[in-house]
Amino acid sequence: MSPVVERDTLGRERTVGALNAAKKGPQLYVRAEKKPKHPFNRSWFLGVAVVLLLVASILLGSYTVTVPDFFTIVSAQLTGGEKIPGASFIVMENKLPRAIMGLLIGVAFGLSGALFQTMLRNPLASPDVIGISNGASAAAVLAIVVFGATGATVSAAALLGALAVALLIYLISRGGSARGAAGRTGNAAGNRLVLAGVGIAAALGALVNFLMTRADIRTAAEALIWLNGSLNPATWERIGVLLLALCLLLPLTAGLAKPLRMLELGDDTAAGLGIRVGAARLGLVLTAVALVAVATAAAGPVSFVAFLAGPIARRFTGKPSLPASALTGAVIVLAADYFAYNLAPLLLDGTVLPVGVVTGALGAPFLLWLLATANRKDS
Amino acid sequence: MARLSARDLTLQYEQRRVIDGLHTEIPEGKVTMIVGANGCGKSTLLRGLSRLLKPAAGTVTLDGKDIHSRPAKELARTLGLLPQHPTAPDGITVRDLVGRGRYPHQGFFRNWSHGDSSPHDLAVRHALEATATTELADRNVDELSGGQRQRVWIAMALAQETEVLLLDEPTTYLDLAHQVEVLDLVTDLNRRRGTTVAIVLHDLNLAARYADHVIAMKDGAVVAEGSGTEVITEELVRTVFGLESRVVPDPVSGTPLIVPIGRHHYPAPHAAQTTKTAVAPEPALEIAS
Repeated sequence: MSPVVERDTLGRERTVGALNAAKKGPQLYVRAEKKPKHPFNRSWFLGVAVVLLLVASILLGSYTVTVPDFFTIVSAQLTGGEKIPGASFIVMENKLPRAIMGLLIGVAFGLSGALFQTMLRNPLASPDVIGISNGASAAAVLAIVVFGATGATVSAAALLGALAVALLIYLISRGGSARGAAGRTGNAAGNRLVLAGVGIAAALGALVNFLMTRADIRTAAEALIWLNGSLNPATWERIGVLLLALCLLLPLTAGLAKPLRMLELGDDTAAGLGIRVGAARLGLVLTAVALVAVATAAAGPVSFVAFLAGPIARRFTGKPSLPASALTGAVIVLAADYFAYNLAPLLLDGTVLPVGVVTGALGAPFLLWLLATANRKDS
Repeated sequence: MARLSARDLTLQYEQRRVIDGLHTEIPEGKVTMIVGANGCGKSTLLRGLSRLLKPAAGTVTLDGKDIHSRPAKELARTLGLLPQHPTAPDGITVRDLVGRGRYPHQGFFRNWSHGDSSPHDLAVRHALEATATTELADRNVDELSGGQRQRVWIAMALAQETEVLLLDEPTTYLDLAHQVEVLDLVTDLNRRRGTTVAIVLHDLNLAARYADHVIAMKDGAVVAEGSGTEVITEELVRTVFGLESRVVPDPVSGTPLIVPIGRHHYPAPHAAQTTKTAVAPEPALEIAS
């Protein structure tokens, strides 16, 4: 430091160096005791878990495929070579699409949940809790049952439904804060949004049930996937649509990650750092809604994946991280589907569960565990 | 000379008008304290000056240009803000938090260079040193004491390296020692880097002590501005706070020191040099001078 003695406006002299030395003295005792965690390595661990689960769900299970067989089958499929009877069909039309679909929707749900939870600074504010997934499934069931829609039309309806619910929740929670004073109610607005969303989710659930009772048995069977998410409808066509959507949404998410990190510091701080808070929020909401909508359109509302991925990733890596949340989402879906498709039939006399039933059943105790450990940490 | 000035500024929340046609300037290279009673609009003025609140009428200019006409990120390289209630995300380390102050200086793509010589690391290191938080760099922000945490937030604002820095009640919830520490720190910053600083502060005595320039507000309007000695008088404390007081020279700094009177204490006779005291049983009653 160059100036040792400085003169302030009142003509007093002070020795700046001495002041700083005095300031630093008593701080020595607060040295960091524990080593910083290494979230980087742990994220890699999640990536490895995803790969292992992918391999397990393709090769193992009720129909086992060896590694050389798998490569023979895939190369035969790609080059149009000779197929292995039976095995080719099972791998290419069932196991492989199922695993890839699980990976993709896991990533989409995990990212969407983490975006919502981080942006609203509330772990309850995930799209499956605040009714956005329900908006997608209600619109899809409406399209199937009332308008007889199929294929891409249903997906488009799901996307519109999710957006409509997001808009509705936004308007309700905004209307509340406009009446409140000063507009500086950060957490209160978040809570109002969650409450509005829970109400809307319940209403939409009722609507779906009503539509199911009005539908004839075959359309009802088709619409059933919209009640519990399932990987059974995994087809290459659906995977293509999902992949295309993710090719657009993943770079968008990456671009919004930095503004999101600033928004975590509070709207005012973020604005002070040069974030356009309104625009950044709009971009984040649209991206997160689109992510959950495309995943729901492909596999139905696989419950609790979006809700669980962020908090579990945070527990595991020690800090909030979007890539870790995406990987955790994939781990949850793949593990739950492996259980539902391969293990549950052994326990339940051959009944294959939709993956959403397993994630739903896992979700409740996990929620309680998160709440219990969060309280312990706070006290 | 002023870098930041408000002309004919009107600020409102929804339909509630807080500030109506206000003129003021934040003088360059000085520490300005904005004081006033609760709800007088001083924090609102700071929100207006820092572009958090868009004016309903009038303009806020930085170096002659309307702050709302400039790109947000570019403006954030010159004009920094530490709001009253910043929130630290769970589990964030001090170094990570301070590093986020570099956002306005970073490009669209993440800066992967993490050498000691990169300007970002250098700025973060300097900010940690200036606030004596280097020792805390790898700790979680939620483990820190209130005083340490406030120093960390100031470090974040320092890492932003702006020429103008606005602080909204940076000493709230801090004990007296930490209040003085924070204000010393801000003064260091002003004296060493020449940073123009504007602070909204509740404590009049500390404001008088640390201010080069004082802006006193009442009901959304500026009632007095100038040096601490010019502005802070018994008359002003009565007008702005409705409080009877004695103003004496601060024995340490010579700046005005406000001694409130209240209903249960009467000024001691030897202190009554400037006023012949007719004892006031209620604050509303005037003391004859």
